[in-house]
Amino acid sequence: MEAGMVTSAPALVRFSGIQKTYDGEHLVVKNLDLDIRKGEFITLLGPSGSGKTTTLMMLAGFEVPTQGEIYLADRPIKNMPPHKRDIGMVFQNYALFPHLTIEENVAFPLSVRKTNKAETQARVKAALRMIKMETLAQRRPGQLSGGQQQRVALARALVFNPQLVLMDEPLGALDKRLREQMQLEIKQLHETMGITVVYVTHDQSEALTMSDRIAVFNDGIVQQIDKPDALYEHPVNSFVANFVGENNVLDGTVETVDKDYCRVALAAGGSVMARAVNVSGAGASTSLSVRPERVAIVPDGTSSDGPNRLPAKVQNTIYLGDHALAVLDVSGNAEFMVKLQPGAHDSLKHGESVFITFRPEDCLALDPA
Amino acid sequence: MTAVSLTGVDAETKVPLKRRLKRAERARQIKALALVLPLLLFLLFTFAGPIAGMLWRAVDDREVRQVLPQTVTALANWDGKDLPDEKAYAALASDIVAARASGTVAIAAKRLNYALNGFRTILTSTARNLKAVPEPGTAKEALIKINPAWRERNTWTTIRDAGGPVTSFYLLSALDLTRNVDGAIVAASPDQAIYREIFARTFLISISVTALCLILGFPVAYLLAALPSGRSNLLMIFVLLPFWTSLLVRTCAWIVLLQSQGVVNDSLHWLGIIDAPLRLIYNRFGVCVAMTHVLLPFMILPLYSSMKAISPAYMRAAASLGAPPLTAFLRIYLPQTLPGIGAGSLLVFILALGYYITPALVGGAADQMISYFIALYTTETANWGLASALGAVLLLATVLLALVYGKLVQGQQVTGGMKN
Repeated sequence: MEAGMVTSAPALVRFSGIQKTYDGEHLVVKNLDLDIRKGEFITLLGPSGSGKTTTLMMLAGFEVPTQGEIYLADRPIKNMPPHKRDIGMVFQNYALFPHLTIEENVAFPLSVRKTNKAETQARVKAALRMIKMETLAQRRPGQLSGGQQQRVALARALVFNPQLVLMDEPLGALDKRLREQMQLEIKQLHETMGITVVYVTHDQSEALTMSDRIAVFNDGIVQQIDKPDALYEHPVNSFVANFVGENNVLDGTVETVDKDYCRVALAAGGSVMARAVNVSGAGASTSLSVRPERVAIVPDGTSSDGPNRLPAKVQNTIYLGDHALAVLDVSGNAEFMVKLQPGAHDSLKHGESVFITFRPEDCLALDPA
Repeated sequence: MTAVSLTGVDAETKVPLKRRLKRAERARQIKALALVLPLLLFLLFTFAGPIAGMLWRAVDDREVRQVLPQTVTALANWDGKDLPDEKAYAALASDIVAARASGTVAIAAKRLNYALNGFRTILTSTARNLKAVPEPGTAKEALIKINPAWRERNTWTTIRDAGGPVTSFYLLSALDLTRNVDGAIVAASPDQAIYREIFARTFLISISVTALCLILGFPVAYLLAALPSGRSNLLMIFVLLPFWTSLLVRTCAWIVLLQSQGVVNDSLHWLGIIDAPLRLIYNRFGVCVAMTHVLLPFMILPLYSSMKAISPAYMRAAASLGAPPLTAFLRIYLPQTLPGIGAGSLLVFILALGYYITPALVGGAADQMISYFIALYTTETANWGLASALGAVLLLATVLLALVYGKLVQGQQVTGGMKN
C-alpha cells in the first residue's frame, strides 16, 4: 500500500470521513474515505441506492455532506458553491440547454467565464472537432440523436479544461451498441486529454471496460476499491464477487483452514478445497464463489485427479453465439452456470448427470451472502 | 423473392393504395367530425354569428335610406359643391310628409343627429311645420322658410353621407375621425374625440395589470413548480380558490377592503401610519388591484406549466459549467419560461382588455374602459352602430396581438426540443 502511494500521482480529490443523510435517520453514505488521483479514471459502481450518486453529487456541490470534508486539490470544498468548483459534469439526460444551439451550448462555460471572443470561438471549434460534430454546430439539441447529444454534453463539460470531470450514468439512455462505442470514445478522450474522470454507473461491464480503478458501493459503504482485473479476480467479499461479473455461489461450512486454503463442506453434501479469502475460521459458514469460465464439465464416470469434483445435473443449455452456457444443478444451486465453447453444448442433454471440476485457486471462500 | 414481388405490386397499385388509405381514414375523420360537431354548431350560433353580426352593424347604415328614400336617390348624383337642386328639396319634402304619416321621422332624426348635432331638431321641426307637400317648384323656399338649416350645404351632405347602405361613419367615429363637408377624413371636434383616449386608457390599464400579474405570479409559479407535488397541490388550490367565488363577490370584497372606512384604511389609521383615509378605491389604483387579483390565476397557470417542464438538471448543469445562480437563471431558466410568460401575458392582457364589471364597480369616471362605453351605447343610448364599431376596433387590436404572439410562439417552438 505504501509503495503504491509513492509511485502514483498525488490525490486530486480526498473524501475524508464523509457521511450523508437525507432524513436524519438513515445514512445514505456511511463514513466514506476515498482518494482520487490526478489523471485517473475512477468508477463508482453499485446498485441503485448504494450511495454512489450521492457521493458524486457531494463532489459536484449539489449535496452537502452531513459530516466530513471533501478536499479538491488540497482545498476544502464542502461549503463552496458548485459554480466555483471548476468541475465539469455530464448528466444522465445530457441536460443540454434546449433553447441554445450546439455551438452556444458548448460556448456556455466559456462565456460565463468571460473568455474573450476569439479564444471562445477557437476552443468551441476545437471541442466540436474533437467530437466530430462541426457540421451540426447550428442545430438545436432537440434535432440530434441521443448519442450526438451525449457527445455535445461531453464537449461542453471538457471545453473549459476543468480539473475534474464527473459523469453520472452518461450512457444509461443509449442502446447497447451505441453505449459500447461511446465507452471507447470516452476512454480515448480520457487518455488523450489526461483528464481526471469520476464516473458513476450501475453497469459492471461498463465499469470494467473503462476504469483505471473501480470503487464498488453497497449500502453506503465502499466495499472494495481496485483495478478492474483485481476486482474480478480477487473480490474481498460476496457482494463484490456477485456484483462484478458472473458468479456461481455454493453455500457451505468451513471444516479446516490451512494457510491460504480451506476445506469447505457443502450444505448438500461433498466437500471442496477453496482459497480462504474472507472466512473467520473452522466452523464458520461461508459462500463459495466460482466464475462460470473456470469450471469444466466432465462426463459421468470419467475419473479426474482434481480435488474439486462435484456431481451435477444438466438443467438447460443456452447458445450465445461466441460462447454457450450450461445451466446445472450443483449442490442445491439450480442456476449454476458453466461457460462452454460454442458447439460443446450440443452433447449435453437435459437431465443428464455430469461432473464439474474447478481448481481450488479459482474457488473463493467468502463471507456468507 | 417475396420482397421483390411486393415492391412490384406496390409500384403498380400506388394510386389504389392511396385511395384505400383515404377510404380507411374517412371513417375516422367522420367520427372525429361528429364528435366536434355539437360544439362547432354551438360556437357558430353563439360566437361566430354574433361577432359577424356585430361587425356588420359597424358598417350597416339603412335607417335614413328607409325613411327618406326619394331624398337619398335625388342626392345620389349631387356633386356636393353647391346646394342641391329643387328636385332634391321636393323629394325631401315629400319624404318628410310620408315619414310623418308613418311615424318614422324619429328613426332618421336619431341617425342624422349622430352625424350632426342638432339635426334632430331640424328634422322634427320641419316635419311638424310642413303641413303638406309644397307646390312643385316651391319646395326649396318652403323648407328654408321653416328651418334656415336647409340653406346649409352641411345639412345636405349629412343626409347624403347617411344614405347608406354601408358607411364608414361609425368606424371613423370610433377612431375620433369624421368626414368634413367635402367628404375628406379629418379629426373629430375635441368635444367628440374621446375614444382614442379611452382606447389608450384601456390598453394602459391592461398592460399595467399584465405587468403586475407577471411580477406577482412568476415567483408563485416558480415555487409551485419547485415544491414536491403534495405541497404544490395544496398551494395550487389556493391559486384556484378565486375561481370558486363569483367575479362580482370578489370585486365587492375589494370595495369593503379599500373604501375610506374600509379594513385597510382603518388598520392603517389604527396603526398611526395615516391621519386621513387614503383614497384607495374609485380610482386607477383600485381598478388595477382588483383586476390583478381576478386575473392572477390566468398568469400563474401557464407559467407553472412551462416551469414544470424545465428539468432541474438544466440549472445544475449551468452551475457545474461555472454559471453563478443569477446568470444561470437569466440565461438558462428565464428563456425557457418565455412561452409561458407569453401565453400568460397574452391571456391576461386580452381578458383585461374586455373588463367591464370590475372597473365599473371600483373605478372612477376616468378609469372606465372601452367595454363600459360599448355597454353604454348598446343598452342606454341604443347606438348600436357605434357600439359595434368600438367592438370591431377592439377585436381587430386583439386579433393583431394574438397573431404577433402566435409568430413569437412559433419561433420558440422551433428552438424547443428536449424534455427530460
